[in-house]
Amino acid sequence: MSFVEYSDCIQDGDVAIVYLSHNSVMPVKVQQGAQTQTRYGVIRHSTDLIGQPYGSKVTCSKGGWVYVLHPTPELWTVALPHRTQILYTTDIATITMMLELKPGSIVCESGTGSGSLSHAILRTIAPTGHLHTVEFHQQRAEKVQEEFAEHRVDHLVTVRNQDVCKDGFGVTGVADAIFLDIPSPWEAVGHAKAAMKRQAGGRLCSFSPCIEQVQRTCQALVDQGFEEINTLEVLLRIHDVRTVSLPLPDFGPDCRSDGVEETSPNYAAVSLKTTTPPREIPGHTGYLTFATKPRT
Amino acid sequence: MADNGDEEYRIQQGDYVVLKRGDIFKAVQIVPKKKIIFEKQWFFLDNAVGNLYSTTFEISSGGILQPQKLKETGNPSDLKEAGTDNRNIVDDGKSQKLTRDDIETLKEQGLKGQEIIQQLIENSSTFRDKTEYAQDKYIKKKKKKYENTVTILKPSCRILAMMYHGREPGKICHLRYDTLAQMLTLANIHAHSKVLVFETCAGLVLGSIMERMGGKLCRILHFRVSFNSLRMIVVWFPPRAGYGSVIQMYPGGGPVRAGVESFGFPAHFHDTLHEFPICHVNALLAGELDTTAKDPTAEEKLNLAADEEQIQPEAEQQGSPEEQNMETNAAQDQEKIEKEKRREAKAQERKVKLEEKRKKLAAAAALLEGRNADGLVIASRFHPCPVLMTLLKFLAPSRPFVVYSQYKETLIECYTKLKEQGGTVNLRLSDTWLRHYQVLPNRTHPVLLMSGGGGYLLSGTTVAMDQSKPAASQRSEEPAPKRQKVKDTEG
Repeated sequence: MSFVEYSDCIQDGDVAIVYLSHNSVMPVKVQQGAQTQTRYGVIRHSTDLIGQPYGSKVTCSKGGWVYVLHPTPELWTVALPHRTQILYTTDIATITMMLELKPGSIVCESGTGSGSLSHAILRTIAPTGHLHTVEFHQQRAEKVQEEFAEHRVDHLVTVRNQDVCKDGFGVTGVADAIFLDIPSPWEAVGHAKAAMKRQAGGRLCSFSPCIEQVQRTCQALVDQGFEEINTLEVLLRIHDVRTVSLPLPDFGPDCRSDGVEETSPNYAAVSLKTTTPPREIPGHTGYLTFATKPRT
Repeated sequence: MADNGDEEYRIQQGDYVVLKRGDIFKAVQIVPKKKIIFEKQWFFLDNAVGNLYSTTFEISSGGILQPQKLKETGNPSDLKEAGTDNRNIVDDGKSQKLTRDDIETLKEQGLKGQEIIQQLIENSSTFRDKTEYAQDKYIKKKKKKYENTVTILKPSCRILAMMYHGREPGKICHLRYDTLAQMLTLANIHAHSKVLVFETCAGLVLGSIMERMGGKLCRILHFRVSFNSLRMIVVWFPPRAGYGSVIQMYPGGGPVRAGVESFGFPAHFHDTLHEFPICHVNALLAGELDTTAKDPTAEEKLNLAADEEQIQPEAEQQGSPEEQNMETNAAQDQEKIEKEKRREAKAQERKVKLEEKRKKLAAAAALLEGRNADGLVIASRFHPCPVLMTLLKFLAPSRPFVVYSQYKETLIECYTKLKEQGGTVNLRLSDTWLRHYQVLPNRTHPVLLMSGGGGYLLSGTTVAMDQSKPAASQRSEEPAPKRQKVKDTEG
């Protein structure tokens, strides 16, 4: 198992994702002899997990069942323990495409936070790319480094515990893409430019919840000579598939001009397969600003 | 240093590139002396060769490209004279003194875009009354119209997806680029995986997937030996390089891949690309697809018969002169021998082609038979339901799949069928809402026009199929029908 390559069977030391229900997934560190509590009962790693194929159904001690899935960055994003507010798959997917990430890309990122985007980047740039990620909070930096090792992706990433606005990314002239998710991205634009490869075409993205941050960042990008500056937002809309039953009104028997009475319909409702929106949806995550670096 | 391993960043002859002006893109190939039309202008790309990608060129007279020297800084309106509002500006269409013909004359005189705009400003009676912002807007508008520059970009999924969506959305089933982005991520496309694709989006989806798979991955290491400046190049294939594959399932006679060309992939990318015709899928699933070499003599006979039919009309044409000319018998015998040779050559060619085709089919079938694909992506004009239900059989358990459809109803049907059948979890029907912003000091707001829709996605993950009947589901994934409650409880 690794987050960048599939394997077929669960092994000791893997991180697996236990799928309990539609809105409930949890990560599990698979260990010989260990046990995991779920609302459906206990999962015994040695008998229920190790050696079983990923995707298997596991019956827990109380009789309920769960599925054990191979980890992917998308599942990790909804299962990971939050140390900060994270980026969700919708934004991550947009960022991945707009930064033109692919195997072999060299990427710089700050702040690492809880590592949600980091895992997605690693999956896309593997096996020949590299991620340089900067996190100014020491414990978070340490925690995410541990996770990268557990997830068998640490050979693809370098975590630096420093302030990107003061000290930059720790590399110069190599990055194909830069991602900024920090309170004052305009202070890091210069460092971003230095970290990027000299040739034109390097891509930059800044994620900010507030429009004022976006304005200052765009100004900094213009000042530093960036091109193709573009701000957008992407929102996810989920459609819940449901069968609804709509009653039919009774207007009384249908009287026709020739005096023949028709009996009222004998069905009282119509069944309909449709979708409904959830009651509340995320209406805003942040603004995504993209730009291209010209040749320096 | 110009030649510092820079080659991959420089435009070469034969490259597939994307032309850009503002928000308009066009994919073309660099072919010598070929006239290109782009945004109502004609030019040749010959001069582009050797320049770095992302260079902006000016189109000078004769259609010759010249790299733009300096960044055109300094607004023509350095006059600083501006009004405060538009209460006294009357829009009677008469404020511009230059006529269409005047402007044409200026163009013919070879004036650059910047200079033409300067002329327009000077000849506008209302320009200095406009507010600073209105002046900015006016200049931007004129720049869009009169500046004759073009930027040459290296193709990428992002650029091509935006191009297709802007130019020919019908060809890609109206798949908007952010929806494509979601698909690539939700399907967990990455190097070393085995992905099945069924698409009728001109190859855009296929190419995007190939880009994310990286082809036959290798790292090129350069070594410099100091004493005689020898540069040694070592090509290193990481373990399991080239194990990834993309299998395009295609309807009809052959796979449509015009869009893949525009990506400009190096040749080795195609080593990981396979195709399989869907007309053989049922046979393959039933274990009845025979991809072994057929009896050669039988095939030859068929081919010979086909050849003879072709030659018949030829023979009829030459019938009468042949009868009349006894003296040229020898020449005609020679002709016959040559015809025979050509026929044999053709037959041989055909044999080779058929054998290649058979080999390819066998290779693709071998990849599919194990039913252990890592991902499935569907984006086509066909009804997705049967496509999904059939192709899902080729996926291993605990693997993602994504289906795109322009229409929500088809995906509702897919969702329903999947629920009945079991074997999938995490089903989600979604679409994305995309909005662009104009960010300028004191003028920040969403852009006025927005995309009305980008299509819908159904995504999910396979799991081990339940051996017992899935009818009695322990817990329904569909939320219970709403009752008239005052408070909803959050999960």
